[in-house]
Amino acid sequence: MQPTAEQIEQDLLRPLFHSSGKYWVAVALAATLLLAGVAAFGYQLYAGIGVWGLNSPVFWGFDITNFVFWIGISHAGTLISAILRLTNATWRRPVTRCAEAITVFSVLIGAIIPLCHIGRPWLGFWMIPYPNERHIWPNFRSPLAWDFFAISTYLTGSTTFLYLPTIPDFATVRDASTGLRRKIYRILALGWQGTPRQWQRLETAMFIMAVVIVPVAVSVHTIVSWDFAMTPVPMWHSSIFGPYFVAGAIFSGIAALILAMALLRKFLHLEEYLRPIHFQNLGKLLLTMSLLWFYFTFAERLTAWYGNSPPEMAVFWESIRKQFAPLFWTMVVCNFIIPVPILAIKRFRTITGTAIASCTVVVGMWLERFLIVVPALGHKFLPYSWGTYRPTWVEVTLMASSFGMMALLYLLFSKFVPMISIWEMKVGLQPHGGVPVVASADGKHEVVLEGPQ
Amino acid sequence: MKALYGLYPDAAGAQRAVNSLRAATSELKFDPKQILIVSGEPHEGYEFTDSQHSSIPYPWAVLGAVVGGTTGYLLTTLSQKSYPLVTGGMSLTPAWTNGIIVYEMVMLGAILTTLVVLLVGAGLPNFKGVITDPDIGKGKILVGVVDPPVNSQQELERRLLLAGASQVKQSAEG
Repeated sequence: MQPTAEQIEQDLLRPLFHSSGKYWVAVALAATLLLAGVAAFGYQLYAGIGVWGLNSPVFWGFDITNFVFWIGISHAGTLISAILRLTNATWRRPVTRCAEAITVFSVLIGAIIPLCHIGRPWLGFWMIPYPNERHIWPNFRSPLAWDFFAISTYLTGSTTFLYLPTIPDFATVRDASTGLRRKIYRILALGWQGTPRQWQRLETAMFIMAVVIVPVAVSVHTIVSWDFAMTPVPMWHSSIFGPYFVAGAIFSGIAALILAMALLRKFLHLEEYLRPIHFQNLGKLLLTMSLLWFYFTFAERLTAWYGNSPPEMAVFWESIRKQFAPLFWTMVVCNFIIPVPILAIKRFRTITGTAIASCTVVVGMWLERFLIVVPALGHKFLPYSWGTYRPTWVEVTLMASSFGMMALLYLLFSKFVPMISIWEMKVGLQPHGGVPVVASADGKHEVVLEGPQ
Repeated sequence: MKALYGLYPDAAGAQRAVNSLRAATSELKFDPKQILIVSGEPHEGYEFTDSQHSSIPYPWAVLGAVVGGTTGYLLTTLSQKSYPLVTGGMSLTPAWTNGIIVYEMVMLGAILTTLVVLLVGAGLPNFKGVITDPDIGKGKILVGVVDPPVNSQQELERRLLLAGASQVKQSAEG
């Protein structure tokens, strides 16, 4: 039975007003992980970046792996949400906010990692182009400067894309609360009332944002791929890297979204809203991306193998047969062998099935990022300069803390913001599922109006 | 600010109320702008909503994109020309790489302009206070008149009820 508007409001506001003991245990665990990372980072600041396992020639390790991984995860939200909005997929309604929140937090984490990597994060503002007494400007030819612009734009766009449809829900929380909470939500709601004019402006703005954010999301991960592809390093200098990275980002993003939704469903008791059909649909998308990922990986490796260029083959065999082979084949198993049968067979494409497949994909995609960064750097053109890399406890702690930070931000967000858009769910209660209709000229049929939804 | 309003269970009832109030503006001596409609979700396909549709944000977004792109172009070009970089005969202001910065700035310009146009168009932020009702959260639509003429309140109430209001209330801003 479909819930009423009142029921929707009660159910979706409940996590904001009442939290279980399990919630606070999860917050404590995530905060502990984050604090461990803060301590490790403090040690790094005190002792210098030499406490990392980086060396010549492997100047990038866990940090850049994590950076690429988190920027990839960020594609879960805004991109998927924007595409679903533009295609007017009505099943998107319970999914979009969970997804958009992932984007904002993972881009934020992704943006923090290069600041750690530069060793002296207090000088990070040097990346900002402004007239200064040093007469130094960022080198606009550098992909790292492109990263700065792309990630800043994406973070701004994603935050706006998350905030705008949340304004009416802030107003709902404002109207349902008292005291200090009411004052806080009054500010967050910006005085939203819900007049037709406000709704029209909001929907138009969301439509424009959805149109704009899709190319921005694609550009962000393409530019991240160019951090590698613009460098003449074996197995990096490839034109396939842009689309390969974008596909991989969407792949890992959907997996992260499914995992987040499965956890929210269980712990916030949102079974009525995050239904098996949502996992089925996202599972199909994940399956498509798994196949696409395999295609790109095969095309990339085949081209390298067929070209038989010695520097490329050194990296190729290093990852397929030698030192990194266990990681490479684990990646293939995690990204393809396990998820494809689970997601392809309808009987297995359940909530548990998609969550298991997503777990393996998240692991597999982290390994993929690692295998792009490290084997190539360790085996550049001159064999006498070859080397390898082992992460230290500081790097491992920082990586673990990035997951802790993500979990903590997400948990706290779910405490302050309804994780499912209340007003969009109410739109779904309207006749025709909220899709606007008008009578056709002959008065017999109804015509679905197109336009911003 | 006070309001006399009715609560309607569906958009069709709200539309009837709006029509009835509009028809009575000259008789009851109030401005059509005083008619207030508030809902917990948008209602597409009804005149009271669709009449508010505006295509103004689109050209503004394009203008924002142009301003952003121009800023990106000037930022890259002027700074590269003012910085004496030795490029070995290569272009001092390479279009390919500058194009990436310009592209991002185009998008940033469009995003920020859309945000500003939304806020201005929707009259946000507005902390003077809003007229609302707890039943809006339950799916009701509020239709009423802000600061209604004192002598016309009975007639307004009658019209709101006649249009199908489940309740008629009087409220100060919340």
